[in-house]
Formats: sequence, C-alpha cells, structure tokens
Amino acid sequence: MSSEAALSLLPYLRTAVRDGETELVAAGAWTAGHAAELERVVDAADSDPALKRATVINMHGIEAFDTYGAWLLERLTRARHARGQDLRVLDLAERYQGLLEEVHHVNREAVEIKPQVSIAVRALEGVGRAVEDIGRDLVMFVNMLGALGLAVATTLMKPRSFRLTSTVHHLDRVGWQAVPIILLITFLIGGIIAQQGFFHFRKFGADDYVVDMVGILVLRELGVLIVAIMVAGRSGSSYTAEIGSMKMREEIDALRTMGLDPVGILLLPRVVALVIALPLLTFLGSMAALYGGGLVAWLYGGMSPEIFIARLNEAISVTHFKVGMIKAPFMALAIGIVACSEGLKVKGSAESLGLQTTTSVVKSIFLVIVLDGLFAMFFASIGM
Amino acid sequence: MQMVAQLDDEPAIRVRDLVVGFGDRVVLDHLDLDVRRGEILGFVGGSGSGKSVLMRTIIGLLPKRQGTIEVLGVDLARVGDDARRALERRWGVLFQQGALFSSLTALQNVQVPMREHLVLSERVMREVALAKLEMVGLTARDGDKLPSELSGGMTKRVALARALALDPELVFLDEPTSGLDPIAAGDFDELIRTLQQTLGLTVFMVTHDLESLDTVCDRVAALAEGKVIAIGPMSEMQRSSHPWMQAYFQGKRGRMLSRRLSAMET
Repeated sequence: MSSEAALSLLPYLRTAVRDGETELVAAGAWTAGHAAELERVVDAADSDPALKRATVINMHGIEAFDTYGAWLLERLTRARHARGQDLRVLDLAERYQGLLEEVHHVNREAVEIKPQVSIAVRALEGVGRAVEDIGRDLVMFVNMLGALGLAVATTLMKPRSFRLTSTVHHLDRVGWQAVPIILLITFLIGGIIAQQGFFHFRKFGADDYVVDMVGILVLRELGVLIVAIMVAGRSGSSYTAEIGSMKMREEIDALRTMGLDPVGILLLPRVVALVIALPLLTFLGSMAALYGGGLVAWLYGGMSPEIFIARLNEAISVTHFKVGMIKAPFMALAIGIVACSEGLKVKGSAESLGLQTTTSVVKSIFLVIVLDGLFAMFFASIGM
Repeated sequence: MQMVAQLDDEPAIRVRDLVVGFGDRVVLDHLDLDVRRGEILGFVGGSGSGKSVLMRTIIGLLPKRQGTIEVLGVDLARVGDDARRALERRWGVLFQQGALFSSLTALQNVQVPMREHLVLSERVMREVALAKLEMVGLTARDGDKLPSELSGGMTKRVALARALALDPELVFLDEPTSGLDPIAAGDFDELIRTLQQTLGLTVFMVTHDLESLDTVCDRVAALAEGKVIAIGPMSEMQRSSHPWMQAYFQGKRGRMLSRRLSAMET
C-alpha cells in the first residue's frame, strides 16, 4: 500500500449541512488497523462543539468497516443517547448492517470494577495469607505422611499390590541415572575442602588435621547434605512436575474413578525409590568426596595416599559414617513428601505448574537443612 | 473484508500438488484444493487421514516437501517475515483443544492478538474484547475467568472469540464442535454461520460432525489416501460412488441424516 493510499484510508468525520440540518460525514477505513485514529475522531465528535450538534451521521463514504468501526460508531451513538440527543446512522452499506446490529446488543451490562485497596492493607493481607499457607502446608505434610503410611500398611497386608516395576523404574531414574553427576559434584567438593584446609592449616603447621576435617565433615554432614540438595533439585522437581501435569490432565481423577489409589500407584513407588536411592547415593557421594580429598592431599598437600589413609583410619570412626547414613532416608522422605504434595496442589494453568515446581524445590531444600540441624542437636545430645 | 467483491474470482486458499510426510510415511500425496472466498468449507476424512496435517501445513506449522500453498493470494514460502506477519493478522485459528493461554483470563486471551498487532487504547481493547465475547455467546462476567474454570463449550467459544479478535478474513476451525453436546454443537454451528454472514468470513472447518457439515457448510471436501477425493455440496457428496465416501455418508449415522433430509424435503 503506498503512503498516499494509506492516507486516504485514514478515518475522519466532518460536518456538512443538508436541508438545513447539520450532519456528520464519515470517510476512510473504519477498521482494526485504524482503530486508534478512529477513536480520536469519534471522541472529538463528542467534544467538538461544531460536531456535537449533529443529529445524523452519514456513513456513505466509508471505505471499509469491521467490528472495531462498528463498536466505535455504536459508542458514539450511545454517548449521544446518554445525553438525551439522537444520532441516526444513514446510508451504511447493506452488508455492514448486520455487524452494526450485532454490536448494538453488546456491552450493555455495566461491569463492576473492583475498588482499589491501599498498599498497607495489601501488604498485611499478604502476611496473613502467608501465615495461613504455612499452617496449611504443615497440615498437608502430615496428611501426606499419613496417606503414605496407610499405603505402606495396605501394601504390607497385601504385598502383591506393591508396584515393584514402577518402583524399580523410579529407582533407575532417581538412583542409577543420578550417580555420575553426584560422583562428580561430591568429588569436586571433597577436593575443594581439602585444598582450602591445606592452604589455611599450613600457616600454623596443622596439615595433618586436614584429613580429620575432610573425613568428619564429609561423612557426618556434607556428603548427605549435598546429595540430598542435588536430589531435591533433580528428582524432587521432576516428581512435582510429573504429578502436577497428571493432575492438570485429570489423570489422577481417572485413577481414582477406576477404584485405584493414586497414593499407592503414583506416590508410594516414587517415595520408596527415593528412600532407597538417597542412602546409596550418599554412600557413593561420601566415598567420592574422600577420594577427591585424598587426591588433592597428594597432589597439592604433598601427603602420600598411604599416610592419608592411615590418618583417616585414626581420625574417623564408624559412628561418623552412621550419623551421615541415618539421616539420608529421613531427608529422602521429606523430599518425597514435599514433591508429591506440591504436585497435587497444581491447578489448571502452566504457570501454576511452574510455581509449584519451584516451591517444591525451595521447600525441600529448606526442610533438608532444618532436618540436618535437628539431627545435629539430637546426635550431640546422645553423644554420637 | 472490503476487498471481497473485487477479488471474488481468486480463491482464499489455493493448494497445488502438495506433498507432506513424516519419515518415510507420506500423509498428503500431491493434493490440490481451492477454498473460495466467503464460503464455509467443511473438511472430512477418517481419523489419521491427515486433515489436521493439511490445516497445520496451510497455516505454516508443518513443513511441506513439495507443492505451493497460497493463502489470500500470498505464497508463504516466498515471502519474508513481515509479509508473513501481515498475513497472520488476516486469519484466525481455532485449535482443537482451544489452546487458550492458561495463565491469562478469557478476556486477556482475546486481547492477546490485539495487543500484539494493533495500536489501541486500553478502553477500546477492553470494549471490543468484551464485544467479541458477547458475540460468541458469553457474558462479561465470563471474561474474568481463567481457562481452567471454563467448561468445554465455553473454552471453544473463548477460543473462537480469540480467533476472531482481529476481524480476520479467513478462519481455520479444527473440529469446533467435537466434545460439545448436540445442543451446544448446534448453537456453535449457528454462531459460525451468523458470524460468517456478518463478518463476511471464509471458513475452513475440519469436522466429523455430519450435522454441522449439513447445516453450515456451503461445500464439503473429503480427504482419503492423501488426496481430496471429492469436493462439492453435501447433497453431491452423499451420491458419491467412492467406497470411503459411501461408508462415511451412507453409514448408519449418515443414513439417518439423509433419511431425515429426504423426509424434510417431502
């Protein structure tokens, strides 16, 4: 379209006098593409004193007409009517009549606009809702724990109802397939701790104690903590997303109507797989971290592997190892429960799926760290 | 829309020698099709015969192996991005599942194309979007609902309102009445007919609904073995001798329909 042609299509209104009567004469394209211009023209016709008096609008000269043009014309006539004036539409082409007729019926209902609430009230409301949410989350957590407990009890009574295939499948996904990345990360962390230890301890000649630090830290705390955080991010998020999208597509409702228990079929195998996988991954991760620490001690600290192992033998006991391993299944349970209950909270939209997946990861990492703290106090008080 | 009169002779969609396939499976095999301006064309075919593939190829969602497709006189394969976007403004698509954006309300869904393609004040955008919702038979109150709160029929209506948001010249409807009860389906057919008449639309409709083929479609095209095996008014289709056509239109449900039609004629 040349600019000249485009210009000639610009909608406008002018006045003309015919038979002693002022009329508005419309021209140009009254269409979506010119809607912004058209709105200005129509609003001007409502405020401009020269145009305001007209009681007739002649639509003969328009180039094109669509819903946008029809609605703005309707808006103009309605504004006139509201002021008690009349505006007759003349000479609108036959084929556009139906459209004008159609928009004549719409937007009749007054839409109520919600009153604005002040920022202070909204902030307070946010705090209130957050507290309520925390309470609801706690209830939900206990609920899920109970449902899983019930599913375990049912399974124990009828062992054949246990979904072994599904459990093995999830074990493969959250356990076996996670091994390479877990080994890599824990190996690097073990190495970094050892390097930092040598760098700082060397200043006061305490090189030997690096082995104690690496051994105790890795076996008691870091091994299980890092693995649990990795698993929460890797597997917890995928649990939430899977269960959430099944919820969205009514698959969970479908299971329920077939007389099948979604907890036993979907959630239990997943949580069981996590509870089995996390201790194993923790063990592998701890070994990899010790290996990384030993390697750095040899290459960076100049401590031969024989000495490292001998030192490690003196520094750590089975207790340290036990402390780490005991924590693992509990953390797995927390991750599993949070992931499943967040998945079940997903509503219909894609946005809510993303939101619950994020919440699931954030909450399970938080819970893992809180649990670790509680265990630290517990083990300290029983002298482990 | 205003150009309809001048361009009547040129088809809205012209497909020539189209080949589309996946891997070594050829779905559309040297297919030809013309959709006239201002008509409602119903497109039928068995499940998996490639109806949706054809629709998706025409609107450019699937690549073609061979052939030309002209939509509203524009060959999408030959034009740049700007021309493509300009063309996309002139058509609307209703997907089978509605494909509403799940995090936006019904009203916002209708406003998406307006916001992207037009320069409009918030007021006009709101008013026209509400007008569109009312034109497809919803109320202003439904506008604030999220897609997850809408029933199947309402979802289709909102999706239709969104497809019509820019006052397109051409709309593609993929099984618009599937999943609706017969009353809702009948209403929907009538709605499409009314809108087609008031807005001067060309409608390309994939459907399995014999009723809507009969009541709203000007012409019906049948797809089998990767080709359009017949195209014409419903009455002609029922007389076709092609075995698939016989099975489709003379099957139990087709027979019931034609019996009722002949009863109505006498």
